[in-house]
Amino acid sequence: MPTRRRAGTFFIMPAVVFVAAMVLFPIGYTAWLSLHEWSGSAVRSPRWVGIGNYTELLTRDPRFGYAVLRTFFFTAIAVPLEIILGLAIALLISEKFRGQHLAKALILLPMVATPVAIGMAWLLILEPNIGPLNTLLRSWHLPPQPFLGSGQQALLCLIAVDVWQWTPMMALILVAGLATLPGEPFEAARVDGAGLWQRFYHLTLPLLMPTIITAMLLRSIEALKTFDIIYTMTRGGSDYSSETMNIYGYVQSFEYFALGKASSLLTLFFALVLGVSLIFIEVRKRWGMAVA
Amino acid sequence: MTALPASRKRRARLLNTVRYLAILAVLMTFMLPFLWMALNSFKTQIDITNAKNILHFTPTLGNYRNAFEQHNYLLYLVNTFVVAAASTLLSLVLGLPAAYAIARFRTTWLGVLLLTARIVPGIIFMIPWYIVFSRLGLTDSYWPLILSHMVVGLPFIAWIMIPFFESLPVELEEAARIDGSSIFGVFFRIALPLAVPGIITASIMAFIFSWNNFMFSLVLSGDHTRTLPVAIFNFISYASVDWGGLMAAAMIITLPVLVITLSVQRYVVAGLTAGATKG
Repeated sequence: MPTRRRAGTFFIMPAVVFVAAMVLFPIGYTAWLSLHEWSGSAVRSPRWVGIGNYTELLTRDPRFGYAVLRTFFFTAIAVPLEIILGLAIALLISEKFRGQHLAKALILLPMVATPVAIGMAWLLILEPNIGPLNTLLRSWHLPPQPFLGSGQQALLCLIAVDVWQWTPMMALILVAGLATLPGEPFEAARVDGAGLWQRFYHLTLPLLMPTIITAMLLRSIEALKTFDIIYTMTRGGSDYSSETMNIYGYVQSFEYFALGKASSLLTLFFALVLGVSLIFIEVRKRWGMAVA
Repeated sequence: MTALPASRKRRARLLNTVRYLAILAVLMTFMLPFLWMALNSFKTQIDITNAKNILHFTPTLGNYRNAFEQHNYLLYLVNTFVVAAASTLLSLVLGLPAAYAIARFRTTWLGVLLLTARIVPGIIFMIPWYIVFSRLGLTDSYWPLILSHMVVGLPFIAWIMIPFFESLPVELEEAARIDGSSIFGVFFRIALPLAVPGIITASIMAFIFSWNNFMFSLVLSGDHTRTLPVAIFNFISYASVDWGGLMAAAMIITLPVLVITLSVQRYVVAGLTAGATKG
């Protein structure tokens, strides 16, 4: 056994050193810096301010509060839409048809394509003057829209792009989930004369629930952290109307160089993402138990 | 007697047609942005700004030539490839033994740590990384990019490989041990060869994640190490946007990923759905 343990240590050591240096140390450093004020200057070292950065964010910085709300709004609208549309698409493509292989391959492309490139393509599509979407609206004699240029529409446009990008992911996971469902209950229901909708509502949906919850967990964590398409398409907007926590954290860090304040913001952001993850894991456990 | 099956057959055929049309509509929705990107990458600025020239235009390769000749895209392409290949390779070197140890020697705490690293918002690392890498004088080398991309790649490889190693039959390894093989011999000669499908999946995904990475590269790349997703912003200035150039650049960035995905679809699907379907 001792050689086994020693070998085990040898196997994990490089990874442990790497995680300690590149993950744990930065988290600790950011938490430490969140209690200081610093502009990154090599001459002036960080100055202790206690919880000053946190009270400033929570009581005197409305931009922060709105960023938190937008982060939640973005996720709360995008993820359920992705689940519903993803489920519809999964039901549509899970049964055999000619060209199924090709359809499943093409549907992968939005989620693997480089997000920055996708953001640029949508930037052109949503361009108010030369973009095809407004050209289409004009040809139907509808008023052209400002899209990303408008405080009311920018965040909704970003949500739409996120839905376009990640609905296929939900569909893919749910197709895999559908394939694992047992056949007998469906046969029995068909024999008993249950209709398409009844079979979906009373069989498919409850049996698929664990997969749906897991997909929601994975997607929500990622949606809270959305950065690439927002930075590419609006950078948060000149009126901050699409600024989420992630974007505001970046701006405070690398545009304002308020490293202490940024660190406290990012620490709160981390706590929030972790909290949401734990809630979901708990929900998932409950469901797992209810099913078993 | 015969009327009922006939009408039912007609209904089934109608339903099938509706289904095909719906599938077609779904695929069009997901493909159109790519087609628009591709179409406009072959247009001049004049053709792009003129709504009448959607399909009536003389295609030009000028935007692509401009990207490589004026905007140094060959360098950025090489940079992106070097960083993606190196970070994937190093993630495998560190991640495979660790995943094996977690699966076989029950080093659960490390497993939990690696999976937590997947949840942490990457932006929380940026200030410390930036400070440390500048102090070390590494800001215009590949190292900050390779190491930061490994923070995505390594936990992902563990996420794929831990269950994969767990699913391998332990008897084979025990038999080899009895025959006098060392633990290292078992790992290299038995576990790794059996794990090749998992390793391929994990490598492809780690490579794609690195290729696509924007946030880490935005802060950590220098003039000589800039990667494609960062370099594309050269086509946007305060005064105007070179739309043709922008779309050509977007194509150059994303085409390799699309080609990889379509040619090794099976592995990409396995990578993307990993951990989601076991309930």
